[in-house]
Amino acid sequence: MRIVFKTSYDADIRLFKHKAQAFWYLLLFALAILLPFLIGDFLIGEATLVLIWAICGMGLMVLVGQTGQASLGHAAFMAVGAYSNVLYQEHFSMPFLLSFPLAGLTAGVAGALIAMPITKLHGIYLAIATLAISVLAEDLIVIMEPLTGGVSGLFAPDIEIFGFVFNRYGNPVELYWLVLGITLVIVYLYRNMLRSPLGRSFAAVRDSEVSAKAMGINVARTKMVAFAVSCFITGLGGALMGHFATIFTNETFNLIMSITLLLIIVVGGLGTIHGAFFGAIVFVMLPLVISLTRDALTVFADSGSVTIPGLESGLFGIILIGFILFEPMGIYGRWLKIRTYFELFPFYRKDMFRRQKSYLKTERTR
Amino acid sequence: MSLLELKNVTLRFGGLVAVNDVSFSVEEGEVFALVGPNGAGKSTILNMISRLYTPAEGDILFEGKSILGAEPHDVPVLGIARTFQNIELFEQASVLQNLLVGRHTHCRSNFLTDMLFTPFVRAQERVHREAVEHVIDFLDLQPYRQKLIAGLPYGVRKVVEMGRALAVKPRLLLLDEPASGLSVEETQDVAFWIEDIKKVMGVTVLMVEHDMHLVSSVSDRVMALADGSMLSIGTPQEVQTDPAVIEAYLGSDDGTESGEAA
Repeated sequence: MRIVFKTSYDADIRLFKHKAQAFWYLLLFALAILLPFLIGDFLIGEATLVLIWAICGMGLMVLVGQTGQASLGHAAFMAVGAYSNVLYQEHFSMPFLLSFPLAGLTAGVAGALIAMPITKLHGIYLAIATLAISVLAEDLIVIMEPLTGGVSGLFAPDIEIFGFVFNRYGNPVELYWLVLGITLVIVYLYRNMLRSPLGRSFAAVRDSEVSAKAMGINVARTKMVAFAVSCFITGLGGALMGHFATIFTNETFNLIMSITLLLIIVVGGLGTIHGAFFGAIVFVMLPLVISLTRDALTVFADSGSVTIPGLESGLFGIILIGFILFEPMGIYGRWLKIRTYFELFPFYRKDMFRRQKSYLKTERTR
Repeated sequence: MSLLELKNVTLRFGGLVAVNDVSFSVEEGEVFALVGPNGAGKSTILNMISRLYTPAEGDILFEGKSILGAEPHDVPVLGIARTFQNIELFEQASVLQNLLVGRHTHCRSNFLTDMLFTPFVRAQERVHREAVEHVIDFLDLQPYRQKLIAGLPYGVRKVVEMGRALAVKPRLLLLDEPASGLSVEETQDVAFWIEDIKKVMGVTVLMVEHDMHLVSSVSDRVMALADGSMLSIGTPQEVQTDPAVIEAYLGSDDGTESGEAA
């Protein structure tokens, strides 16, 4: 186990705990840059999708993992990002560099406006309210047909930055690098949030609203900011998803997508950046693994192709149940345990990560 | 002028009168204790001062100004910090982060500067960290700095919560049963700390406590309550020997019971 000898307060403010950690993350980043030289175009497309899901997942993570507010309606904010991004480009002929952040801002403002009334709700009631937003968003897209194209959908033009064109089919590798760059920026912003007063006030609202108030945190305002930041990031992810899908309709950003997002962060590990990535990898890789297995089985059984409808969502559901039962901290939690096991070998104890039973709580004064 | 003054404060929960026409004042630099049987309204008084409850009648003055117009999150800005009876720490955060949340009222950054982590935010973080380190030194919390609250024993949590309130740099500290559930040695520590909070830090303390030994050793003045009404106010000795207080705790000689047995 590494003991970091801290000689200044900055040691706890720095992005990386120690040099070795910085080295491993840089190595990972280098590997991510070099990925196109290691795998084919199809898999690069899948990797791009992983990154986009991870961005959306990080958006929801701010809300669910950091601030402890449930949301079953984040696909709606992905939709806001995707639609506004394309509309800014089409109607105001904005370049991508301008329309993309503006799309995020639009989603963020939408999130803040919606947060004002609904964050007065707690727990399951908040979940139901956000669920309603997801359903409403689908209908709104259909109703606002002149703007959104209704059920026939909207076509996302290629991303163009200073005359250079990014297209999913034309040059998937460049698109992957672009998304990777955006992901890096968002991870950096997320880390900043965690180490600043903002992240601490989110955690305070998550763990105890009554003492957050007693420490001078304006709970209503903090929840609104959390919604705004969360929807901003999710909106950016949605805008990228729009470009990646090239054509999207009211059904693209449906309720299933909201729930998928929630599954991603729960399976990945709530409250961690890693969790969003792990979850996104599982979610994107699952259909691949299924189709590969199916092919193998077909060869083995020497029969026609086997198709089981709903297999994918069924499997994902089983995985989720498995995680909730056996590893509530998600894949990242398991990873932490394995790492600690080897770091402390042979002194790891089975109960090291067991949650202590909570003591009596103060009666809630809402 | 008293630091804190309650004037004829009454609070009702429906038909139940939780606090009935209570008036008292806490002077700058003293330790003032509220005692009384369970359900006497002691914690309710603290909750009213930290604005979680609003009294139906009466007024609460801090430094001569009414605080009834303030929201709960404005109270620490005024200079009033508190702890809770049943420990309300941020469980999934480290001790250090918990204490830093206590510095929230002193943060001048907004969410944009925070997300970008501007040099100003970094400089501010260092200042807050230093302030928190003073509290850590004061309460001997060095071994626990980076530990998650979820894994800490009860006694340490109690101390961390006191530290978080001290990190606010309050003028008035409200302690809700600082010694409940603590061992004799830990209670002794709490007594020393309360003395030091008063003498070294110059913070006025208003506490609710059942441990009469602790109350009589640290507090300058005591008020006894029963069923939401004031029974007696004065030095610990005066209150302990007041017949009305003895009656509330033990019942009267003639067998008619008034008040709950403690």
